[in-house]
Amino acid sequence: MLAALFDNVPLMIMLVGALVGIASSLVGTFLVLRGNSMLSDAIGHAIVFGIVIVWLLTHQQSGPVQLVGAALTGLLTVVLTELLVRTRRVKQDAAIGLVFPVLFSIGVLLLNLYARDVHIDTHTVLLGEIGFVWLDTVTLGDLRVPRALLSMGAMTLLNAAFVGLFYKELKLATFDEGLARALGLAPGVLFYGLLMLTSGTAVAAFDAVGAVLFVAFVIVPPATAYLLTDRLWLMFGYGTLVSIAASVSGYYLAVAWNVSIGGMMAVMTGVFLMLAFLAGPRYGLVAQWLRRRGQRRLNEIRTLAVHLYNHEGTPAQREENVTRALREHLLWDDAKARRVVERSCERRLIVRAGEALSLTSAGRELAREILEPGRSRR
Amino acid sequence: MMGVLALLQDYTIQNVVAGAALLGLISGVLGSFAVLRQQSLLGDTMSHAALPGVCLGFIIAGTRHMGSILLGALATGALAALVMLLLTRMSRLKTDAGLGIALSVFFALGVVLLTYIQGMNNAAQGGLDAFLFGQAAATLRSDVWIMAGITVVALALVVALWKEFKLVTFDPEFAASLGMPVVWLEVGLTVMIALAVVVGLQMVGVVLMAAMVIAPAVAARQWSHRLEDMVWLAAAIGVAGGVFGALLSALSRGLATGPLIILSVSGVVLVSITLAPGRGLVWEALRLWRGRRRQRDQQVLTTLYRLAAHHDDPVYRSEQGMLDTYHGLGTRAALRKLERRGLVEWGQAPPGEPGPERRWVLTPAGIAEAERILASLNGEGA
Repeated sequence: MLAALFDNVPLMIMLVGALVGIASSLVGTFLVLRGNSMLSDAIGHAIVFGIVIVWLLTHQQSGPVQLVGAALTGLLTVVLTELLVRTRRVKQDAAIGLVFPVLFSIGVLLLNLYARDVHIDTHTVLLGEIGFVWLDTVTLGDLRVPRALLSMGAMTLLNAAFVGLFYKELKLATFDEGLARALGLAPGVLFYGLLMLTSGTAVAAFDAVGAVLFVAFVIVPPATAYLLTDRLWLMFGYGTLVSIAASVSGYYLAVAWNVSIGGMMAVMTGVFLMLAFLAGPRYGLVAQWLRRRGQRRLNEIRTLAVHLYNHEGTPAQREENVTRALREHLLWDDAKARRVVERSCERRLIVRAGEALSLTSAGRELAREILEPGRSRR
Repeated sequence: MMGVLALLQDYTIQNVVAGAALLGLISGVLGSFAVLRQQSLLGDTMSHAALPGVCLGFIIAGTRHMGSILLGALATGALAALVMLLLTRMSRLKTDAGLGIALSVFFALGVVLLTYIQGMNNAAQGGLDAFLFGQAAATLRSDVWIMAGITVVALALVVALWKEFKLVTFDPEFAASLGMPVVWLEVGLTVMIALAVVVGLQMVGVVLMAAMVIAPAVAARQWSHRLEDMVWLAAAIGVAGGVFGALLSALSRGLATGPLIILSVSGVVLVSITLAPGRGLVWEALRLWRGRRRQRDQQVLTTLYRLAAHHDDPVYRSEQGMLDTYHGLGTRAALRKLERRGLVEWGQAPPGEPGPERRWVLTPAGIAEAERILASLNGEGA
């Protein structure tokens, strides 16, 4: 039963993809919130150097020692970047862009030199081969489990444990670093822990999605979540959902069009981001547009109410309080004037009697609120 | 030297060197603006985002036609910059997230298109993924001409709009108040980074292009305080690094050109940051060290003065050991220097006094100097 599960190739691929996404967005959430997303790009590239070095030293690519060793180069990138920034000669963005290409270049040159010894080629470095994860298996008891599934599962658990254990501390360090430091929480150490886990995740995900696609899994699901909610714990939920959805839809689309599975999964995270960007409940473009339209309409109705109120009971009422007059006095064209009158009638703020428009008591109240704010209601 | 000259006769190597020089030139000049406007990583995003454009160009042209591939790269690179702008302007995402999203999703799209092309079984598709790391050795003379054309256009634009670009870089608000079309100028500078990326595709590939935009500019910034000088220097550093890397790769046979160019240019950055006159880290450390030493000398001198004042004896003779205890160890070097300047001297002990025979005594010049130092300190305190 379980064996059949592990022999199900599509399921294994989707599971690995989802785990890459979940593990990455656990750490990525904090990177996005802190404004350090591009560090994941630097880490993703720099671990190529680490993986090659570790391979040359130990002639093994997977294993805990290898994972930690390669992950250390990710941390090295961050430390070097920090050092460069601290010289005050280089701004942070430039420093990031200086350090990782150097490490990446050395990695590529080492691959050139020792290509015969290293089983990874430069192509895999960037793209990964998630479609082949089921080829590399480990035997656990009498089950053959894909190695990538194990390492990604372990990384997901580790990240979840870190976030779970230090949830309060991470939250405080992210949103109010000064307070966190004042309370003695060592936000710097926490952050380095987070980056170490990011590097570890990058190394574990390397075989599956490569160095660059990893960046999509770190940044895009949390960014999508950020567009959907203000709650930190909900961000993890949305990040997980986006990861799973992108993995499943990406797999089937990739199979249908016969294209790179990892690439398609990453593209799908982008598609979900676009959806959130357009249709998110509060921050989405549509929601923003609706809110603005609502505000504009409210303003128009209020303007009309004020106009009617001002001329109410004056000799000019007969000429002023008609739809026609709005064109001259409020500079509205006929269509717009008619629309506003229509909406005001719907809201029972004004009533029409023939041509004449007059305020209802609710409409009068609205106009008074604007013209005489703060006055107690009579 | 003969080896290099012989190399330059080689047709392929001529192309590679010319291409690398052009790349260094255009990315040095345009990178200067990007780095000063703190848009260093935009180059990274745009170069990764060029990948889908390369594939689209190939799909549309149906062959590995350089012109359409570069046009595609230019289009998607600029589109990625636009997407990033949209995301950051119209939602709550910050710049870093916008950059990362555009970079990774466009690159992923490129990967998908790349595999799609491979699935088409088109014989002409060979070497399309060389654009990932660049494939300098495959540069044709016609490619060099295209790169030269792009470089000339970009440089002409920079020259023509020099004053405007300069103002937008340093003070966009002032530029706007003068009625300059700031948005369009910024768009222009951004799209021109895409031009540099396009030139770099063949040489260093999409992944390493980021460093090519940043490194020459950062290196040049260390040596100069004026935009004019910086741009010239960045161009020179870019060209030198590019040519050096290209030649190194030609000599080594088998080492990729792109990484070697990046490492050469980055080497210049390292040297510049440590050694550039004025800004260099080494000079700063030296200044710091000198300052500390001078302060130490002054402290020893004023200690001698205070001891003398305390004992009401202008020729009070202080023991070396006592001074060491006051300052921690190592006042000997400072005292020797003061002695050389004629501010202190060895005083002979009068007969019959116990303790070491010779001790340190202030000279009249030393007293004057110590009073001057103390007066200036008090003046500061007041």
